[in-house]
Amino acid sequence: MSLSYEDVLAKYEPVWGLETHVELGTVSKMFCGCSTEFGAEPNTHTCPVCLGLPGALPVVNEVAIESTIKIGLALNCSIASWCRFARKNYFYPDMPKNYQISQYDEPLCFDGYIDVEVEGQTYRVGIERVHMEEDTGKNTHVGTSGRIHGAEYSLVDFNRAGIPLIEIVTKPVPGCGALAPEVAKAYTAALRDILRALGVSDVRMEQGSLRCDVNTSLNVPGAEWGTRTETKNVNSLRSVERAVRSEMIRQAGLLDAGTRIKQETRHFSETTGDTRPGRSKEEATDYRYFPEPDLVPVAPDAEWIERLRAGLPELPAARRTRIIASLGLTNDEIQQMANAGVVDLVGETVELGAPAAEARNWWQGYVAQKANEREVDAAELPITPAHIARVIALVADGSLSTALGRQAVDGVLETGNDVDVVVAEKGLKVVSDTGALQAAADEAIAANPDVAQKVRDGKVAAVGALVGSVMKATRGQADAAAVRAILLERLGVPE
Amino acid sequence: MSDSSLANGGSGTDLVRLTAADTAASIRRGDVTAVEVAQAHLAQIAKVDPLVKAFLHIDADGALEAAASVDEARAAGEALGPLAGVPLAMKDVVVTKGLPTTSGSKILEGWRPPYDATITTRIKDAGIVMLGKTNMDEFAMGSSTENSAYGPTHNPWDLTKIPGGSSGGSSAAVAAFEAPLAIGTDTGGSIRQPAAVTGIVGFKPTYGAVSRYGLIAFSSSLDQAGPFARTVEDTALLYDVLHGHDPCDSTSIAGLSFDATGAARAGAAGDLTGVRVGVVRELGGEGYQAGVTASFDDAVATLKGLGAEIVEVSCPNFEYALAAYYLIAPSECSSNLARFDAVRYGLRVGDDGSNSLEEVMSLTRAAGFGPEVKRRIMIGTYALSSGYYEAYYGQAQKVRTLIVRDFQAAFEKVDVLISPATPVVAFGIGEVVDPITMYRNDLCTLPASLAGTPAISVPCGLSDGLPVGLQIMAPALADERCFGIAAAFERATGILQIPAVTA
Repeated sequence: MSLSYEDVLAKYEPVWGLETHVELGTVSKMFCGCSTEFGAEPNTHTCPVCLGLPGALPVVNEVAIESTIKIGLALNCSIASWCRFARKNYFYPDMPKNYQISQYDEPLCFDGYIDVEVEGQTYRVGIERVHMEEDTGKNTHVGTSGRIHGAEYSLVDFNRAGIPLIEIVTKPVPGCGALAPEVAKAYTAALRDILRALGVSDVRMEQGSLRCDVNTSLNVPGAEWGTRTETKNVNSLRSVERAVRSEMIRQAGLLDAGTRIKQETRHFSETTGDTRPGRSKEEATDYRYFPEPDLVPVAPDAEWIERLRAGLPELPAARRTRIIASLGLTNDEIQQMANAGVVDLVGETVELGAPAAEARNWWQGYVAQKANEREVDAAELPITPAHIARVIALVADGSLSTALGRQAVDGVLETGNDVDVVVAEKGLKVVSDTGALQAAADEAIAANPDVAQKVRDGKVAAVGALVGSVMKATRGQADAAAVRAILLERLGVPE
Repeated sequence: MSDSSLANGGSGTDLVRLTAADTAASIRRGDVTAVEVAQAHLAQIAKVDPLVKAFLHIDADGALEAAASVDEARAAGEALGPLAGVPLAMKDVVVTKGLPTTSGSKILEGWRPPYDATITTRIKDAGIVMLGKTNMDEFAMGSSTENSAYGPTHNPWDLTKIPGGSSGGSSAAVAAFEAPLAIGTDTGGSIRQPAAVTGIVGFKPTYGAVSRYGLIAFSSSLDQAGPFARTVEDTALLYDVLHGHDPCDSTSIAGLSFDATGAARAGAAGDLTGVRVGVVRELGGEGYQAGVTASFDDAVATLKGLGAEIVEVSCPNFEYALAAYYLIAPSECSSNLARFDAVRYGLRVGDDGSNSLEEVMSLTRAAGFGPEVKRRIMIGTYALSSGYYEAYYGQAQKVRTLIVRDFQAAFEKVDVLISPATPVVAFGIGEVVDPITMYRNDLCTLPASLAGTPAISVPCGLSDGLPVGLQIMAPALADERCFGIAAAFERATGILQIPAVTA
């Protein structure tokens, strides 16, 4: 019998931590000149180096080092003045060399933090390390199981092999209590925003360019931290939150029953929201790490680091503070936006020229409603501040009605296209042909004689029903104010 | 320098006995064509290689084509490089585009690489004519070339003896007049030891001076390619083609440029006045054959006679070089050789639908690797294991640092260090079966390998009719110094006359 979340918190305190893998957006791979472009024909972006041919040697991509240092600086890390790559040895057919070039005990960036805010409270998430490694190839197992065991045959695509990966590891984060899942999610969102602001990765979670492993443990208050489990491949913000929560509930159930927690790797199911056991850490592979002898140490000089620090863009936290101040909204309004997860989206929309009130209405209203329907965060929808700013502009200049604006938003969510493309394809435009509107108005009056009479008798407010009828007839493409004016004129009622 | 003028045409035998320098000069003068030179060497290979077995693959068509293009360039009035048209034997550990490259292993049988090693490109660009690929201990692991999956190579001095290793095919090819030049690689002595036991010159460069891009890695932190030839000057000429920075090799030293040829020619004047030569106390005595010690003592006397100041130097940590080497090299090889997994190239065993992927990998590696390679993979895997790493790999790296410090301390007192290149002369094929006895062949060469410093082996006489080598070790980046002193020594003793191969 699983416990309620409240029961769990009554007895236990959670500690969580995240390991996040990010694909860097470099033009070429980590150790060779091959392209990193996504979606090319299999095995077309390969060379002797990323295929691990005998004799081939890696050379470090300087841009990847630079990106990693920028990430480290943005996460308030110290930057190593000297560090080495290491080989992580294990056999797997998607690994051309049967070792992965990674970093082990000498990460490039270490000992940092970021602050995240949840329900008005600030939590500091410590950063243990930021290190570099190379991605593996991609296996496709052909057969009924879709897994390597029982596959009829397997195909390997090495296009992804050697794409630069950054691993960002937090320190264990205690002290979040009931909010642990939300803080973990807020941290992931903050990290994503920082990576985007730095321009080092496009951070497309759906393409796997940001993947999280979630560590969770429980302890009785005052006792030592419990045994942790690691939940692999948690690939959306919402999933991070769900993974922490479901592990807390699962572990509490075991602890209540007096069962020991096994240190193990678990897999998260997007459909059920549960975690399932994977490979046990207690029988884990010995990776036989040793310093990579094919690469000289990375030794960034202090001057370079300071130049990179000076060149960092305004980071999301600072930007958010600045934007909030400029919006001229009340604290309550800001809190409502924060709850809906749209503060930054509103801020960016305002920066693109939209009025604050309009931006807030769109994001917190219609867009947030769509996000809820899809069970994702507004930020995860394929709609951006640029889209909303354009919709607001089109409504403001009368090209679209509010209703048409919503249809434009729907179109963007369906296709990901620009607003103008959606408007053109769907033929969204306000009907301003007065003749057509007059005809529609006359039809509405004829069809609703009772309502028309009420208006003529002085109940001007009743005209709303007729406006609705005309709007319906024109499929929302008319300007409501213009329709109202025409109706009143036809009914001989002065405004 | 040449005493065999070819102005009136030379016989094939004359052509194969010429030095590389004289061969190139004859081609430049038009006394002989590069094609004739290549043909003479191919004929010599046809004659003696059935006995010596230096080559794994002979590329006659490629060699004649490369030679013809040198002749065409000359006919078109182009200036030829110092080694244009000179034939070369390439160790099979070096990747050659389109030509079989096996590293002496069954696991790579039939593999034709789609790219050239950087040194292959440099050799081709210099107009040097590659005759083929030479035999070697599998993945360069060995000191006798008996660990080749394709059978042993025979020492041209005595066909019942080993030609050294791992670059034994290359040393034998040069000593058998099949090629005036050859490429070897040296991880723990695999150029210097074969040079010594076949009576030729072999040089291991400063680590990072020659690109490793395209060398099939044995031990990445130790592997260096280098030249073989029958004279110091020829060795220097080839080294000047090989060395230099390569952006494809992260460990390649930037901005490096030597004039080894100039140093060899200057050294041939023979005056070593003011040069301080250190005799390493730890590289001699017990375990060294009497004939080797006698030849070495003669060499010391020769150097003294040339004006050198002889100093005895102690390098106490050299004693641990063998132990450290046999942890570091196997550790790195256990990882480097992991890529031979039957997935992308080379041998594949058991892929008949009845075996899992892991089983195919395992069957392939069991069938494709020889016993010495397996032994080192197992030692290395163990040494890197969690819980053992510090005691083995970590400790070996500390020894390596101590050996570097021994060299640094010694080079504060002397300009070069000398020792015998090997403790024993060429032994009989099949004679040494115990791996540790085999490993002891590298006692003298291991310290410079671990320190990444340059060293040359030059012939210094015979012991029971078999050649002995003198090793001259210099500080890192003082590669030219090795050539200068070796050239002075060679001038004083005369170029070793190698007998013709007899069955």
